[in-house]
This record gives sequence, C-alpha cells and structure tokens, in this order.
Amino acid sequence: MTEAAKSAEPTKKARPIVPYLKLPEKEGEEAVLVGVRCKACGKAFLGERLVCPNCTAINQFEPVTFSRTGELYAYTIVYQSAPGIPVPYISAIIDLPEGVSVRANLVDIEPRPENLKFGMKVEMVTRKVREDSEGNDVIAFFFRPAVQ
Amino acid sequence: MREVAVIGVGMVKFGRYDKSVWELARDAILEALQDAGVEFKKVEALYSGNMYRTNLSGQQILQQIGLTGIPVVNVVNACATGSTAVREAYLAVAMGLHDIVVAVGSEQMGKMGLLGADAARREESVEGILGSGLMPAIFSTAGVEHMRKYGTTIEQFAKVSVKNHKYGYYNPRSQYRVILSLEDVLNSRMISYPNTLYMCCPTGDGAAAVVLAPMSRAREFTSKPVKIAASVLTTDPYTDRVFALPDPNTMTRNAAKLAYEQAGIGPEDLDLVELHDCFATAEILHYENLGLCPEGEGGRLIDEGATEVDGRIPVNISGGLLSLGHPIGATGVSKICECVWQLRGEAQTPDRQVPDCKVALAHTIGLASGGACTIHILVR
Repeated sequence: MTEAAKSAEPTKKARPIVPYLKLPEKEGEEAVLVGVRCKACGKAFLGERLVCPNCTAINQFEPVTFSRTGELYAYTIVYQSAPGIPVPYISAIIDLPEGVSVRANLVDIEPRPENLKFGMKVEMVTRKVREDSEGNDVIAFFFRPAVQ
Repeated sequence: MREVAVIGVGMVKFGRYDKSVWELARDAILEALQDAGVEFKKVEALYSGNMYRTNLSGQQILQQIGLTGIPVVNVVNACATGSTAVREAYLAVAMGLHDIVVAVGSEQMGKMGLLGADAARREESVEGILGSGLMPAIFSTAGVEHMRKYGTTIEQFAKVSVKNHKYGYYNPRSQYRVILSLEDVLNSRMISYPNTLYMCCPTGDGAAAVVLAPMSRAREFTSKPVKIAASVLTTDPYTDRVFALPDPNTMTRNAAKLAYEQAGIGPEDLDLVELHDCFATAEILHYENLGLCPEGEGGRLIDEGATEVDGRIPVNISGGLLSLGHPIGATGVSKICECVWQLRGEAQTPDRQVPDCKVALAHTIGLASGGACTIHILVR
C-alpha cells in the first residue's frame, strides 16, 4: 500500500458513549469515569459543569477521577424496554466511594432478584456496544460483580 | 390573595377515542361549564395543559368551543401538566386578575406504548446500555430502594393495584374496569421488577376541566362550591443520587409541607387522597411522602386496609392512574374533579363514595430527567 493510500484510509477510533467516560490513551491505562467536585460544598458530579446544582457556586470545581469499584445501591430488572433492546437486563444504581452515583447495566450475573444483594461490590468494565455512522467503535461502561 | 372556589368540573371517560383531542377537551369543558351554570362567553381566560401537542393547544380548543379572543396560557410540566394549568388558573383568580376562568387538561396517546421508547431507538441512545431511563424503570428502582430501606414486599406493592382497580371498577369514567385478585396482579407479566403489567398505568386518551371563581362570587353559580385551600408547585431539589435515580420523594415531601401550611391543616385532617400512582410502587412511597403514615410504614398501611374507601385515610378511590388511566395532560385535572365529586357526595356509585368527605388532597408528579410536583387541597 502506498503512503497516499494509507493516509486516505479513514482511521477508526474508539469513542466513549458519554463524555464522562475517559478511555485509555496509552498502554497500561484503564478506562475511568471522570467528573468534578465542588470546592464550596464538596458534592461530586459526573462530567463537566460550570455551576454547582447543589450550592450554586460558580466555577468552583476541581477534577475528579472516580473509582472503578463501587456498591450496588438499588436496581430494577427490565423485562420490557423499547423495541430492539434485548431484555431482561439489570438497570443498577451504583454508589462510588467519591460520593457520586451512576446508573449502568449490571452484567455477568443472572438477572434475578435473589442474585442481587444491596451493597454488593461491583467493578467497572468497558465493552464495545456498536459502531457509529463514521465506523468508530462506540465504547460503553458496565458494572459486574467484583472479583474478590 | 382572594379565596378561590371550584364551581364546575367535567371529565370525559378515559380510554381510546377516534375523535380529536380538542373535541375531548371541548366535551370536558362543556360538562364543567354546565356543572357551573356558566356560559363560555363569561370565561375570562383559559389555561390549557397538553404534553404532546403543546403549542397553541388552548387555541385549538377555543376553535371547538368559541373564539372569544380571551387570553390563553398553554402549559406543559410532564405528568403534572394539567395540575400546573389548574394552579395557573388558581393564581389568576387569587390575585384578582380574573374572576371566571377555565383550566383544562387533555391528551391523546393512542397505543403509543412505553413513554420515551421512540427516543430510545435513536442511534445515540444509551437506553438498555447505561441502565434504563424509561418510566417503569425509574419508579421500579424507587420501589426497590424502599424495599432496601424498609423491607417492603412485592405483595404489598401489588395490593395497591388490587385496591385501585377495585374502585376503578365502580367508576364509570375509568379506562380499565376490571376486578383483579392479588394472584392476577402478581402473575401478570413482569414489566420492570417489582412492577408487573397490572402495576403499571396505561396510556390513553382523555380530558378534564375545572371552572374557578372567587369564593365571594361562587354562590352565584353553585350551591356546593369547593374551596381551594392550598395550591403548591415544587420541583425536584438536589439530592445525592438525583442524576442517577430521579427522585419522586423529596419534591412531594416539600410540596406536602407547603400545602399543609397553606391550608392550615395536617395529614390527619384529610378524608381523601388522590395521589400519583403511575406505578404501584409509587403509591406506597407517597403514603409516607404525604405524611399519611410514619416513615417506613407504607407497606403496613396497605396491609391494614387503611387506604380503602372505609379506612382511616382512603386513597385513590377514583381508581387512580392504574385503573382510571393516565392521559398525561388530563390526569392532574381529573384528580381535582374526583376530589370535588367526592366532597359534594356525588361519587356516582355508593361503593366508592367516601363517607362524609370534607377535606381532600390531589397530588400529581411529573418525573423524568427533572421533576414537577403539584398538591391541591380542596375543602367543602
């Protein structure tokens, strides 16, 4: 392949499904959820903000990288969703130790209430969920029971 | 602020209709005007709630009922759309802006299925990947949170559906008139744990309307005016999990506190509560949010039968959203209509007339990414 042909070939990239998922940029890094913490009231949020929705302080944020492990706070098991979305799946609310909660699918576990213990330790994993219209891999995050 | 009275109410049976949503709204308004003994030419302003056809909804209704040139305010506030329209109408009368006003809520949903399902099919959607933001999941997760905190059982949630369908059966305006056993409810297919099919409200078409006037003039029109003793609107304030798990509780608690203060009463003074049972789980949460029982005892309240028509505090004797139906814009207004009928002793069938009903509370919430909550307290 000539150099010209190589550069004409579109470069496929991995793209996070939401802006607050930061994908690894080099070898040895892990995907993480990122956000901000308000220096005025201490509350943490996923993603970027200008104004604190808790205390209304303006631009008083410091960046936070959230832990990849957390605890199951609450959940539902979805048996009917929009057409085309595979069911059942566990829609879980995960508490992260930095004081933020995130909603995600809980995977790698049979979706039955008896399997789901409140407070159980879970860890984040990332997987490709689809390709976007430009052919980039869209990467999402999930949680699964933590390996002890 | 002037005292405000409901002088007329009207509501079409909730269901599915071939006629247009504006004709449904027309029929509800005509019934309310007839009930009040007021002709439409006397109406000074219209407050119209419709969620899916927001723009100029009230003007579309005027084309059906009289192009009198009056001011129209079109309102949308998720499932609290209709009750927000009532509050705007209330404020206009209370502040002396108008004397005779109409608030109407209308919606035509057909068989649209799960709310938000269309958006969930778009390429960029995170539905089914980052959990579920659909309505059943939001209120089911809130129910599971209550199970975690207080040990509430799926049977206790299911009893809400049994109760509300029972009263809906006796209500001729109800969309689904069917008696269900606890087994029927528990054995229907699971939609979103712990809510089964019969624990989820249906979509549908409907309209409801109220005519309001200053209390000082109410007896010109009716021998049974009902006073609006409180009209409150709140939104969901910041709570720690609000961006992950929308919070139906805090805004309801805040609204209840304000409403009881405004009316100068407490929950122990209520004879009837019409609350927002979009899912069976929600009703148990709101027992506590509205102060009908102590924290954590919502499950016990339904077990004891306290919220039956002859119980300590009857709840959703209309049939509630679960049986009466939930055409979104119409719902909040329909709850106020039901309170008025109960307060006048006109609940149509003896099986669902609350005995000696003097004080009633109507509660509506809208919740998705953000929330709205209204509470009206009505007194005869």
